[in-house]
Amino acid sequence: MTDVAEIWSYLSARPLLWLTCTVVAYVLADGISARLNRHPLANPVLISVLLIAPLLSISQTPYATYFDGAQFIHFLLGPATVALAVPLHANLATIRRSALPLLAALFAGSLAAAGSAILIAMAFGLPEQVIVSVSPKSTTAPVALGISEALGGSPTLTAVLVILTGIVGAVVVTPLMNLLRINDWRARGFAVGVAAHGIGTARAFQVNETAGAFAGIGLALNAVLTSILAPILVALLL
Amino acid sequence: MLITIAILFACQLAGETISQALGLPVPGPVLGLLLLFAALVLRPRTVDVVAPVSRRLLAHLSLLFVPAGVGVMAQLDVLARDWFALGLTLVASTVIALLVGVGTFLAVQRLAGERE
Repeated sequence: MTDVAEIWSYLSARPLLWLTCTVVAYVLADGISARLNRHPLANPVLISVLLIAPLLSISQTPYATYFDGAQFIHFLLGPATVALAVPLHANLATIRRSALPLLAALFAGSLAAAGSAILIAMAFGLPEQVIVSVSPKSTTAPVALGISEALGGSPTLTAVLVILTGIVGAVVVTPLMNLLRINDWRARGFAVGVAAHGIGTARAFQVNETAGAFAGIGLALNAVLTSILAPILVALLL
Repeated sequence: MLITIAILFACQLAGETISQALGLPVPGPVLGLLLLFAALVLRPRTVDVVAPVSRRLLAHLSLLFVPAGVGVMAQLDVLARDWFALGLTLVASTVIALLVGVGTFLAVQRLAGERE
């Protein structure tokens, strides 16, 4: 019989272990979220991360090793982004009818997301490189990293800030909108797609399909707009 | 299911190719989204092929962010001594963006609606 240490060294060098771990953690997290009636604080991404991170730290597994397994799931973000075309198409009539509010909210929301981040970071007296890195935080990760790099920011810091923004948006959006008694799913979804990209969109799909579709549009349009707006804002404000 | 996966991959691949070839700042998957959208508009019969699997994929969109989320935990030290200021910046700025976005949407909708 092979001893435990040998089995461990065999498994930990292969992608299956952390791939399985990621899926199992998500199944548990999704179950917890469903059990708590999709309470905003019970965010499945957040719970999954909180389940996996201690395992990595206990087993002293570097992130690179974890990602060797988890990359297969990470990879699906691309096809899933493409799949957003389906709810977009299904809601085409509604989208056409609200084209004007949609475009206005896109510009205002995108401007507010990047502009307020820069201004608040400046008010805190954060270093310029950090301010630049925070400016594209509301847009989807691949775009944000590109912007940050082009402006002389730190892509690693931006990656962290983008994910955290997504989680903050996903957690905050439902209580905030309920507090303001806003029950227009199009407006709610679109705002969270612009402010909190894919993680906000995932939350929107959890709550309502129309909200999800509009969040998807917000995410896609903001990816384009932020890559134009963020460099201008940084040049103007910094 | 396989056809849908093939279509989604093909759209992303085409998107990545266009993005690289033209040096666009827009990522490949976003262009892929636009390509699939165009296909759905031009050939509405594609909807029945693509919709079920796409919906199932999107229902668990959260799962796909877990690897990146774990990455954040592994790299939290990049926030270093600025973690408090950065945390407040993220929360405040996200709330502002949500309020401005939703407020603008509703205000413009009301204005446009009244004109009709």
